[in-house]
Amino acid sequence: MSDSTDPREGFEDLLRELAPQVLGVLVRRYGQFEGCEDAVQEAVLAASVQWPAEGVPDNPRGWLVAVASRRLIDQMRSEHARRERESALAAEQAAEPAPEDVPDADDTLILLFLCCHPTLTAASQTALTLRAVGGLTTAEIARAFLVPESTMAARISRAKQKIKAAGGTFTLPEAAEREERLRVVLHVLYLIFNEGYIASSGGELSRADLAREAIRLVRMVHAQLPEDGEVSGLLALMLLTHARRDARTTPSGDLVPLDEQDRSAWDRGLIDEGTALVKASLADTTLGPYQLQAAIAATHASAATAADTNWKQVYALYLVLERIAPNPMVTLNRAIALAELEGPEAGLDLLATLDGDERMARHHRLLSVRAHLLEKTGDTSGAYELYRRAAKATASLAEQRYLEGRASRVKP
Amino acid sequence: MQFLISMHINPAVLDALTDEEKQALGEGHGKFMADCKASGEFVLTQALTDPSQAAVVSVRNGQPVVTDGPFLEAKEFLGGYYLVDVENRERAIELAAQIPDAGIEGLGVEVRQVMFSDGQLEA
Repeated sequence: MSDSTDPREGFEDLLRELAPQVLGVLVRRYGQFEGCEDAVQEAVLAASVQWPAEGVPDNPRGWLVAVASRRLIDQMRSEHARRERESALAAEQAAEPAPEDVPDADDTLILLFLCCHPTLTAASQTALTLRAVGGLTTAEIARAFLVPESTMAARISRAKQKIKAAGGTFTLPEAAEREERLRVVLHVLYLIFNEGYIASSGGELSRADLAREAIRLVRMVHAQLPEDGEVSGLLALMLLTHARRDARTTPSGDLVPLDEQDRSAWDRGLIDEGTALVKASLADTTLGPYQLQAAIAATHASAATAADTNWKQVYALYLVLERIAPNPMVTLNRAIALAELEGPEAGLDLLATLDGDERMARHHRLLSVRAHLLEKTGDTSGAYELYRRAAKATASLAEQRYLEGRASRVKP
Repeated sequence: MQFLISMHINPAVLDALTDEEKQALGEGHGKFMADCKASGEFVLTQALTDPSQAAVVSVRNGQPVVTDGPFLEAKEFLGGYYLVDVENRERAIELAAQIPDAGIEGLGVEVRQVMFSDGQLEA
């Protein structure tokens, strides 16, 4: 999947794989997640400077644990000068990684549960997850989200304070709440992926690094919980969506809708992997929203041309999705499938049921889907008005260009 | 998502404030910036000089024409802005309500989502 030829990539992958393991070891040894997380970040930064120059040490994890421990001890020293003797003792212990410091298989999951603590906002959950579990630096996360590094640093530090205040600990949540907490984790990973897939603002449509990072993190969760249908579903959904990344924009950055995409540019390897995951998870478990969305994506992926799309299946899947997770966006997508099956008027009738929802009524997606369907009925002046309104309502520059293009095609 | 919270000021309204009110306004902005920075939502802020110092530039027949004073003949002018990175539109509006200008009749606080950004954010 790597499309970078940066020679640093190899050890950066290693660093980012090791970062959550090292953090797990440190928190197990010293407690205090906040301080350990800072110390690991400093060790990762030190490694990214030293390793390219001096080579990767024989035991890279041990190296990181030793450096991070030293940083942590330094921190504790300066914070508790009066307890210098105890700290000095701890520093001696920290100089050599103890042989029992093997990362626990659960550490990554525990870290994810902690970073996606329900008291945090989604923005804080994503930032902290990318740093503590993803091993990204604050600067990298800040760049990905187009904010100053100081803003991102404040956000992460505030998030850790909040977790501490809420009594978050480095343990797996109780079985009773584990399911619900896992949904939060998956939602955060989904948000990271989406941020990479379609920037909520800005001119660049795809920030592939965040999408790839989200996939990597979900793979880690999937390795721990291979039996969880929704984890498989989310991984499949990401793979199937990511498979279309090269086809969904023109070289000049213009948006290409699904039915006009060059399907030979879709990544077959990702589609096969995603489809296999969906099939297995649909057969094994109770259905969840990610599995259904992945099944819909797999249905589109299996059509050789847009005209070959099995709309009956897409419609049926949206119907089930709407039942288990009612949401106006799902109804909107069901209306698109219905229009393919029974004609644009049927789709428009279903869209009319969304007008009562105040936020939905002026949402650019509803405006643009209605414009598409009106265009198909031959009402070009109605379509023109709605394309124009949709173009004004979107916060994406690429989408705005696309909608203005559609509008000028039907201009009366 | 990022929002620009712009402050539309009316020099006559500002001039009419008492010294205490002016001081409270300044302190209110200071507190707003500190809170916003601590929460990790602050991106940038800038305040502009008085509208009387503005110049309007146009090019006619390839020649620049410069006139002193603001473009719009209005009572209110863009006085400055905050750029914030927040969870959603509701949060941006919540923040805007914490800006002291919002509590003063005749001053306008407007919230708009950013659609495109470029340039150095680390000021």
